[in-house]
Amino acid sequence: MAEFLLVAALLVFATVVAGLLRVLRGPAVADRIMAAQLLGTGGIAALLLLGAATAAPALADVALTLALLAAFASVAMARTAPRQEKGGEPRE
Amino acid sequence: MIADLLLAAAILAVAVASILARRTFTAVALFIAYGLLLSLAWVRLSAIDVALTEAAIGAGLSGVLLLGAVRRLASRAEAPANPPPGAAMTVLIGIACACVAAALGAVILLLPEPAPSLAPQVAANLPTTGLGNPVTGVLMSFRALDTLLESAVVLLAVICVWSLTPDGGWGGAPGAAQPILGDGPLLLLARILPPLGIVVAVHILWVGKDAPGGKFQAAAILAAMWLLPWMAGLVAPPRIAARWLRLTVAVGPVVFIAIGLAGAVTEGAFLAYPPGWAMPLILVIEIVLTASIAVALALLVIGPPVPEP
Amino acid sequence: MSLLADVFTIVAVLAGLVFFIAGTAGLLRFPDTASRLHALTKADHLGLGLIVLGLLPRAGGMGGALRLLAIWGLVLVSSAAVGPMVARLTRGPEGRE
Repeated sequence: MAEFLLVAALLVFATVVAGLLRVLRGPAVADRIMAAQLLGTGGIAALLLLGAATAAPALADVALTLALLAAFASVAMARTAPRQEKGGEPRE
Repeated sequence: MIADLLLAAAILAVAVASILARRTFTAVALFIAYGLLLSLAWVRLSAIDVALTEAAIGAGLSGVLLLGAVRRLASRAEAPANPPPGAAMTVLIGIACACVAAALGAVILLLPEPAPSLAPQVAANLPTTGLGNPVTGVLMSFRALDTLLESAVVLLAVICVWSLTPDGGWGGAPGAAQPILGDGPLLLLARILPPLGIVVAVHILWVGKDAPGGKFQAAAILAAMWLLPWMAGLVAPPRIAARWLRLTVAVGPVVFIAIGLAGAVTEGAFLAYPPGWAMPLILVIEIVLTASIAVALALLVIGPPVPEP
Repeated sequence: MSLLADVFTIVAVLAGLVFFIAGTAGLLRFPDTASRLHALTKADHLGLGLIVLGLLPRAGGMGGALRLLAIWGLVLVSSAAVGPMVARLTRGPEGRE
């Protein structure tokens, strides 16, 4: 069972790395912000699988922290990202 | 093994992309991704405490701090570009960087096998502290002086940031006014996330005595949960002249030093804990330091006060 | 009973993997940013949910299970908020580098 979970963690991580390649190519700023989202979700899934495989419950705490801080960082990025500036004021 | 190779390759790729990025925003966004990847690497190295810190401070708060810098730079007129360094300078910089990399590699490769370790001594003496997490034992008891200096550094950093206050702003509310965009999703998140995040932070602080966790990680989460409503325009930061604010930032290191001095009087050594009292005293220090560091980290991200118009 | 739990874990985790792979395929293949955001947010969060579901029997009691569910809930709430914010950035030519 532990082996199965380890392989699953590896596969999830492999999809994250594949997604990262896309993110590195860009071109829009939104693509960069998705990197944090992708690493947040995929990283958490890989951590949880790894924690279950190696019986290390502390990894769930890392996943919790990652969930909170990845959300925080994504929000900050989405706010700071260069926006379109027609008429000189942000929309809404 | 495959996972580790993938992880190392991904870290290198993101690091190179971050350095090569033309826009400051892209560089910071990739730096945050780099921090998240690094936290996974620490997990693979079984350094869960470091992974928590990297996720909370390295990726989260430092990233947002840098984003603040991006914002500040963007609103400023284009600075006159320095002339690019000449060919000789470029080569010199390259050689210097290569020397640093070679020295780091040599240090790691020249480590004796097995590497020198104090882990057995820590494991042997951990029961005297009443703690279950060896990392907390080292940070709060065996090398408490280092931790005291670290917490003092955070306090000094706040003073440094405040000292950059422009004329006419002293004592005022820190940070640029946050634009209230009527941003529905952000407002929602800023209302929902902080209560959950505070619970998580208390949990991380409390498990720190027996499992990976502790004050720095908890403080970083608390700071993020304060900054989120600030970004959404829901709360205004207090004026830096506010007495409670200054007291909160300073109380952690002060309590730490006071307990250390008490140890010097009763036990004959600075930062020595009386037998049997180690664990309660460490808990007191951890809780007070969490409050101080959380406020200090948030103030660092918010930045110096701006003069009121 | 434990065999049943193991089968449940394997099925749910495999299903989760399928969604992660589908999400990444979308991220790699879709032509524009908005579609890629769509692939990433929907598929990955469903995948994470299925993996959390699969790990529930192995969570070691009520506390561990609640913690897993809390992680999934946190990710869902935050990405529900971040998704629209990112999507807004994709409109207009200035979002491009």
